[in-house]
Amino acid sequence: MDHIVLVGASAAGLTAADALRLEGFTGTLTMVGEELCPPYDRPPLSKHVLAGTLEPHKTTLRQDADLQRLRMDLKLGRRATHLDPAARTVTLADGDRLDFDGLIIATGLRPRRLPFGRDLAGVHVLRTLDEALTLRAQLLAGPRVVVIGAGFLGTEIAATTRSLGLDVTLVGIEPTPLAGQLGTQVGGLVADMHQENGVRLCMGRSVTDLLGAGGRVSAVVLDDDTLLPADVVVVAIGSVPAVDWLADSGLPLGDGVLCDSTCQVAPGIYAAGDVANWPHPLTGERTRLEQRTNATQQALTAARNLLAGPGGAKPYAPIPFGWTDQYDAKIQFHGWCPADARIEYVDGDPQARKFVALYHAGGRVVGALGWNSARTLRAYHGRLAAPIAA
Amino acid sequence: MKVIIDENKCVGAGQCVLAAADVFDQRDEDGIVVLLNPLPPDDLGAQVEDAALRCPALAIEVVK
Repeated sequence: MDHIVLVGASAAGLTAADALRLEGFTGTLTMVGEELCPPYDRPPLSKHVLAGTLEPHKTTLRQDADLQRLRMDLKLGRRATHLDPAARTVTLADGDRLDFDGLIIATGLRPRRLPFGRDLAGVHVLRTLDEALTLRAQLLAGPRVVVIGAGFLGTEIAATTRSLGLDVTLVGIEPTPLAGQLGTQVGGLVADMHQENGVRLCMGRSVTDLLGAGGRVSAVVLDDDTLLPADVVVVAIGSVPAVDWLADSGLPLGDGVLCDSTCQVAPGIYAAGDVANWPHPLTGERTRLEQRTNATQQALTAARNLLAGPGGAKPYAPIPFGWTDQYDAKIQFHGWCPADARIEYVDGDPQARKFVALYHAGGRVVGALGWNSARTLRAYHGRLAAPIAA
Repeated sequence: MKVIIDENKCVGAGQCVLAAADVFDQRDEDGIVVLLNPLPPDDLGAQVEDAALRCPALAIEVVK
């Protein structure tokens, strides 16, 4: 293999580059990234960067010297628009065409947006560093903030903006924050924490409109006709895999790029990170993980499998791991936390906001969650049984 | 082999401990990495490299 192209210049793409070089790949390596800045890390954006406690350049994943050691042709500010798997070429928006023997797709996600209010000033999404800095600039004026969406990103943004002393309302369609991610029982504790910190919660509600005045957002309308005055609205209602550029490639697409269990999409073409959808060998179910640790782990596997070839490729069977930091809570979890799981508190005390909970489903432990119990949680990692296919 | 950690970068994900439990541990209260052995023996080299690669915060530096 002489020429490998990596499309996507974030954590997964960069880890793939690292892994390819570590595994001894000496050929030409080209990385294409849509944004202008060198690869940076996203988890700090909704927390320290938004809060202003981390300088934006500190999110950079590799210093220049380390990037140079990867001997990579780094094409930044360049968007891939087309892939021809048969001709083995990637075409960029400016018409440039890159030949490849091996390809790793790591184009990540694009934020979902509401179908209305897009042209109003003050309506934001947060996926990129630029978007985080634009939002932060808006927050400095002390606006009333409404965060729409109570998943990980929405709850983190609510916590960060509230910690800046702003008036914050969090709107979510589920009965509690993080209900879909961690279940309503732990979600209830998250709700309590936000309310104690002064965030107004509107749960079980959807947004039906955004009102504007003079071209700027002025209020959020809920499905029960509640009107929430707002100077700044953050839309955090999930993301969709960035596969638009693959639409005419003939590659199997669905909720992301559909890989096999080794992360291979087609011969010599692999996918990794938020965009990759693969049958998890432990569950038999198609899985796509939007977790920072998955970006790294899956990129390692994809890179190694690309070099090893189909005969030597190994299945990708991670125990998922994620975390969120909000106020003084560090919440971490291993495995799966299905909403209908039975929760068993095995260490500490939920009321004291320091505990470990196990998630039981189908007669097994499928997930373990720690709240301010990082070290204790790890001891339960071994209790996670391989979940069976539903 | 020498291992250097940056506590300020660490996000407490604990991936390093899962990769190389003889070299890394975590503080319980915030999960921040604790370096058990800054000069691990060579036979742990692969584990330590793996830990450094898996660290989502790139808080581990391995000097050879």
